[in-house]
Formats: sequence, structure tokens, C-alpha cells
Amino acid sequence: MLLIECPWCGPRDEIEFHCGGQSHIARPEPYDQVSDETWGDYLFTRINPKGLHLERWVHVFGCRQWFNVARDTVTHEVKAVYRMGEAAPSTEAEAGR
Amino acid sequence: MTNYSAWRLLVEGLKGQTGWSPAWRAPDPKPRYDVVIVGGGGHGLATAYYLAKVHGVRNVAVLERGWLGGGNTGRNTTVIRSNYYYPESARIYDFALELYEGLSRDLNYNVMFSQRGMFLTAHSRHDLEGAARWVGAMQLNGIDTEMVSVDEIKRRIPILDTSPNARFPVWGGFTQKRAGTARHDAVAWGYARAADRLGVDIIQNCEVRGFFKNESGRISGVETSRGTIATDIVGLAVAGHSSVMAELAGFRLPLTSYALQAFVSEPLKPVLDTVALSLATGLYISQSDKGGLVFGGALDHYPSYAQRGNSPTVRSVAAAVADQMPSLGRVRIARHWAGIVDVTHDSSPILGETPVPGLYVNCGWGTGGFKAIPAGGYVLAHHLATGRAHELAEPFSLKRFATGALIDEAAASGIAH
Repeated sequence: MLLIECPWCGPRDEIEFHCGGQSHIARPEPYDQVSDETWGDYLFTRINPKGLHLERWVHVFGCRQWFNVARDTVTHEVKAVYRMGEAAPSTEAEAGR
Repeated sequence: MTNYSAWRLLVEGLKGQTGWSPAWRAPDPKPRYDVVIVGGGGHGLATAYYLAKVHGVRNVAVLERGWLGGGNTGRNTTVIRSNYYYPESARIYDFALELYEGLSRDLNYNVMFSQRGMFLTAHSRHDLEGAARWVGAMQLNGIDTEMVSVDEIKRRIPILDTSPNARFPVWGGFTQKRAGTARHDAVAWGYARAADRLGVDIIQNCEVRGFFKNESGRISGVETSRGTIATDIVGLAVAGHSSVMAELAGFRLPLTSYALQAFVSEPLKPVLDTVALSLATGLYISQSDKGGLVFGGALDHYPSYAQRGNSPTVRSVAAAVADQMPSLGRVRIARHWAGIVDVTHDSSPILGETPVPGLYVNCGWGTGGFKAIPAGGYVLAHHLATGRAHELAEPFSLKRFATGALIDEAAASGIAH
């Protein structure tokens, strides 16, 4: 059971949350000049790292807010929690981007 | 190499079991191979076998980081079925099922394929309507499925709570009679032994750490923990670690790796002689020949490379067993574990070419790779040997994520994603 620190509600069990996958994916622009390959990459291609992963979570059975988590996909250790719109907090976390 | 037969068993019994030879060699890697296959699970070993047998390509190495079948091939719940929705999927999964039907004879190795059938149960009017639509599509695809009544389900799965007051009342369901289970280790070992006999080098404890490319960007070799191996053609069959290998080769895949847990109970007297899958809870369960109930449910819903399970999923899967089969409520779980499954957005595999010339993939089978082993190996071998996709594999190319021609089997993959 992961203990996840919701930025609004504090530490809660993982069953209150849902993981929304990789974070910091920028939508390619301008929309009418994006190739099919670039659009396909945007929709489907993921880093899927073995190690540090920057990902979005939502406190679905709580405040229902989205936020970011830096988590190790091998140990499942949560390294950092930060709000939407914020940059990843440390250079260590950059490694997974 | 010893051929296995009842006669041989008798002779060896009289000779005190002294005449058996190892099922495969343990060669050192050669400096060069025509084809290198990364991943010594079912798909990789099957690829090597069909390369040698069907295409006569025998200068082949299978590189395995750990031991044969130690990944998802040895971690799944052994269900084999072809009841998928779309024609493309039905064709390839049914081809796999057909190969499984003749596999023990083909490999001279008993993979214990038991066509005990499979029952999928519907637990609401909506489940039942969905099931009817599903069966209609499958029958059009030529798959042997049919709707079954509650009475028939009650007869075939007496431990399932079909009473009106059940937590998940049963409204009906459907069956595929040719579905069943096989011994998963035997599938890996059988392919390994048969491939080895045809001259394939199976190299265990050999981790791939990088890829070499020539000036035109084509694959020219692999860097391994046991030295450098030159080759022009590499096939990747590494399931949950496909993204890691792709990163080493310089590209990314539309995959996310998750942990999928499986469970075995303490051994029981026979209580279940088919495979049961509930559309309400996602529980799938069968009983092994040793008596253990083999079961599983949903994924652990966040990306993971940890080959172990987390407690919330243990609890929800165990609860599904206790709710739907109350007589099993006090049965103890003997073991549980997880495999790392590579899930695509459309729950269909990725087969064929990658952005790196000479490097081909067989990945993205997600939660259902075991049932597809013979077909996955067959079509990858075809592609590696001929340079062209097998017609069964064509719809599953990586290109579909750019063209949008997805084959969305999220429902038919039979598991809550």
C-alpha cells in the first residue's frame, strides 16, 4: 500500500487515488500543422521508464484534485509530490523526463 | 538428444534413469549470428524454433537476462483462448490456439494443454447484452463461442454462487469449448528444447546492454554482459521491458508497463473443471492438476517494474473469490506474485518493424501474452526471415498509432484495465 501525500488533504492510502499516467506532456501546436506521427506520439507514445517516473495522480475519493508525483517504478517509493503547473522539484527528478 | 516417448520412459525406468541427456545445451555466445533474439520467454523461444523449423535459419541466438521462462511466461495464469472481438485479433489468437492444439506432438514435449473450456459469466442485463454482441461478432469470425444459460453455468461451475441473492447474481454467459489451460513452464522448455535440437544457441544469464548500428543506422550488433555479438537482425520479445530495450536502441514505444498479479491457493480436491471468468469482478480462475486454484484479477493500476504485487489488489481479488464462490472463502492463498505486462492503448500487440532498421518487436500483448505464444513466435520468425510482415501480423504494426487504425480489444482482453 502506497502512502501518498495529497497536497490538499495530506497523507492517504493509495486506494483513494487514481494514477493518470505520465506528466508534463505538451500538446503539439499549432494543431493544423501537426503531422500524424507527431499526433500519434502525443497521444500514445510514453517514456515508460524503469526508475524515476513523473506522473499525474488524482485524489478521486477525496478532494478530486490532480497533482504530480515523482515515483520510482521499481521500488514504488514516492520521491516528491508537487502541484499541477509546477516544474519537477529536483534535478534528480529530471532524470525520468 | 533423447526423444521422449512412453517406450523411452519404460527403458529408462529399467535402467535407473541414467540415460537422459540435458534438454538443451548451455553454449557460450558466438561472435556472430544471423539472427539474435532478445528474451528467452515463450515468445522469444517460439520465434527461434519457427525460424529454424519453418525458415531454415539456424544460426540463431536467444539471449535471456535471467532464466528461461522466468518472466511473464512463468508468471501468468495459463489460460489459452481466442474469444476476441475484432477479426484481426480473432485470426491471430485462433491461429495460436490451433498451434497449441498440436504443440505437444510438434515439440515432442508435453505442454499439458487441457481444453477444459471457458465460461464467462454476465452479472447484469448490460453484461448479458454486451456478451450477446460479443458472441455474435466472434461467431462471425468463426470462433467456437456460444451463449449459455444460468442452469448450464450452474451445472459446469457448481461452486459459483448463482442464487438470486448472490452478491453478483448470474444472468447468463458464454463459453468457448476449445479454450483451456497449459503448463506454462513446459511451453518455454518445450520450445527451448526443440529450438536447441535445430541448432539454436540458448544463452541464459546474458543481459543485453546496448545496440550497435552501422553508418546507415541499421542494427549491426548487440552489447551484452557476455561480450559483443555481431548480427544484422534482432528480434525483441521482452514484454514488460520492451520500453527499456527500445530506449537503448534510441526510440520509444506506445507502451506502459504495469504489474499484473497472480495467485495460487493451497491444493484442494477437484472443485472446478473449467476456466471461469466473471465480467463483473474481472476474476478468472481455474484449478491446476496439483489442485491449487490459479486465479487473478485486475492490474495494479500504476506503472511498475516491480515483479511483486501490492496489497489493495490482493484484497480485491481475494474478495471477488469469496463473494462469488463462498465455499472458497476460507481457502488459504499459498503464493502470489506479479509479472510486468506491457499494455498498449488498444490492448493489442505491436508486431514487426521499429524505427531502427533490422530491429523488430513482438510486444504489447499486455495481460494476454501467454495464449499468443505460438502465433507471436510464428509471425515474428516470418518477419525476421523474409523481411516482410506475416499477413496475420500486418494489422498490428507500430504504424497504426500514427494512422489511427487501432484494434481496440480493451473489453475482449478480458481484464479490467
